Amino acid sequence: MHTARTVQDGIVLEVRCLSLRFGRVQIFKDLSFQVARGASLAVVGPNGAGKTVLFRALIGAIPVEGSLQWAPNVRIGYVPQKLDLARDVPITGADFLRAKSIARSASDAAIADALNSVGLSADTVTQSIGSLSGGQFQRLLVAFALLGSPDVLLLDEPTAGIDEPGQEQLNELVYRLQRERELTVLLISHDLSVVYRYATNVLCLSRDRVCFGPPRTILTQQLLDEIYGTPMAFHVHDH
Amino acid sequence: MTIDALILSSVVAVAAGLIGCFAVMRRMALAADALSHVALPGIGVALALHVHPVFGAAAMLFFGGILVWALEDRSRLATETIIGVIFSAALAIGSVITSGDDLIEALFGGASGRPSALEAGFGLVASIAVTVFVLRRKRALVVALVSPDIARTIGIDVRRLNLLYIQMFALTVALGLRYLGVLLMGSLIIIPAATAKRVSRNLNEMLMMAALIAIAVTVTGSVLAGYLHRPTGPLIVAVAALGFFLTFLRRDPATL
Repeated sequence: MHTARTVQDGIVLEVRCLSLRFGRVQIFKDLSFQVARGASLAVVGPNGAGKTVLFRALIGAIPVEGSLQWAPNVRIGYVPQKLDLARDVPITGADFLRAKSIARSASDAAIADALNSVGLSADTVTQSIGSLSGGQFQRLLVAFALLGSPDVLLLDEPTAGIDEPGQEQLNELVYRLQRERELTVLLISHDLSVVYRYATNVLCLSRDRVCFGPPRTILTQQLLDEIYGTPMAFHVHDH
Repeated sequence: MTIDALILSSVVAVAAGLIGCFAVMRRMALAADALSHVALPGIGVALALHVHPVFGAAAMLFFGGILVWALEDRSRLATETIIGVIFSAALAIGSVITSGDDLIEALFGGASGRPSALEAGFGLVASIAVTVFVLRRKRALVVALVSPDIARTIGIDVRRLNLLYIQMFALTVALGLRYLGVLLMGSLIIIPAATAKRVSRNLNEMLMMAALIAIAVTVTGSVLAGYLHRPTGPLIVAVAALGFFLTFLRRDPATL
């Protein structure tokens, strides 16, 4: 699945004719797109369209057919969707963050910096991860992904379970980092106004069709109705 | 129990306490039990061939570990289903090929005298290997516990880590068979770790507490066995279980 040929300059991820089926169910077929360095790709689509599965394929957790290629030595920060975690495990947020040092440098200063970025206090990470609220745990996962300066962030509904101001803060953070560090962002989101506002390109997944392009061209009312199978209302914030 | 036997069983206890921490956190306490039963057919075969039973047990545990890992990896069966099948099958085959007193000793342990040089050597080397594995790989184990997918993105080979973990676990079971027997060894891995989990606030505290509790119950159980003229294994496990229930006397750390 990972071919040896190198991707073009300026391209972080190139996907060609990617197909995946679980038994008899075809999840997606002949998916092709590319993501430029510093760009943001939003993946949208109804539940069950294969968005999370696509992300898991991108990190190599699921074998797929077709070609899937990252730029060489790319460092990925991944924030998975909701995790099922035992509440009574005595692993603290700090234990979890420090564990990243096996792969990248995770000094106390870097940890403090990452926590500051996601708005978590140093006190919060001395608690066990099971005792954190959904939103706090989500922020912790984002902090973990940010440690060690990744080139690419893969965010699977990162704001799920986070309060409204927190969502705003997280969206702003991601796009600030993107501007400052030329970070590439791949984001699964159900919030179409966020997609409209921040995404360079949109990948729409649904059972029957796939489309790819800039949000203003492809996120039309007609296409959304078609993909979600029901009339959708969304607001475009023009700033 | 002699001093060297006591030192050896303490070293084994440290390995058991440490490897148990991740077994408890990964919610595979029952897998631990099932795996220890896999040793029984191995002991039977070793006795029939006049080989030291620990080798038969270790060989069988090695294959048992691979079997559990492969089934979990390849199939979507729930772990408890796999365990249900392997557990019963191993016990059935084991009791057919082992007989009488040998079976009782294999099930509940029996040795209380001085360990042979071979037993002591194997015990020391294997315990150190398990201890080093847990301490060196604890960070990878933590990330894989929170999310195997995140672990993959930071370069951890999760399948390999799982296989290594199960093999280290199986090795620990083989280590304790002499004292505790097939039925009880799983308990020395699980109970001190479960107790430590209830009283610890972070990972290092849990690892340290589990190791200390495992030593304490092993020594206390062994000394009691000497006084009461009773088998060592069941007393160690009884003391460990008592310690676990004592933690319920204090308030849950999560609610403090």
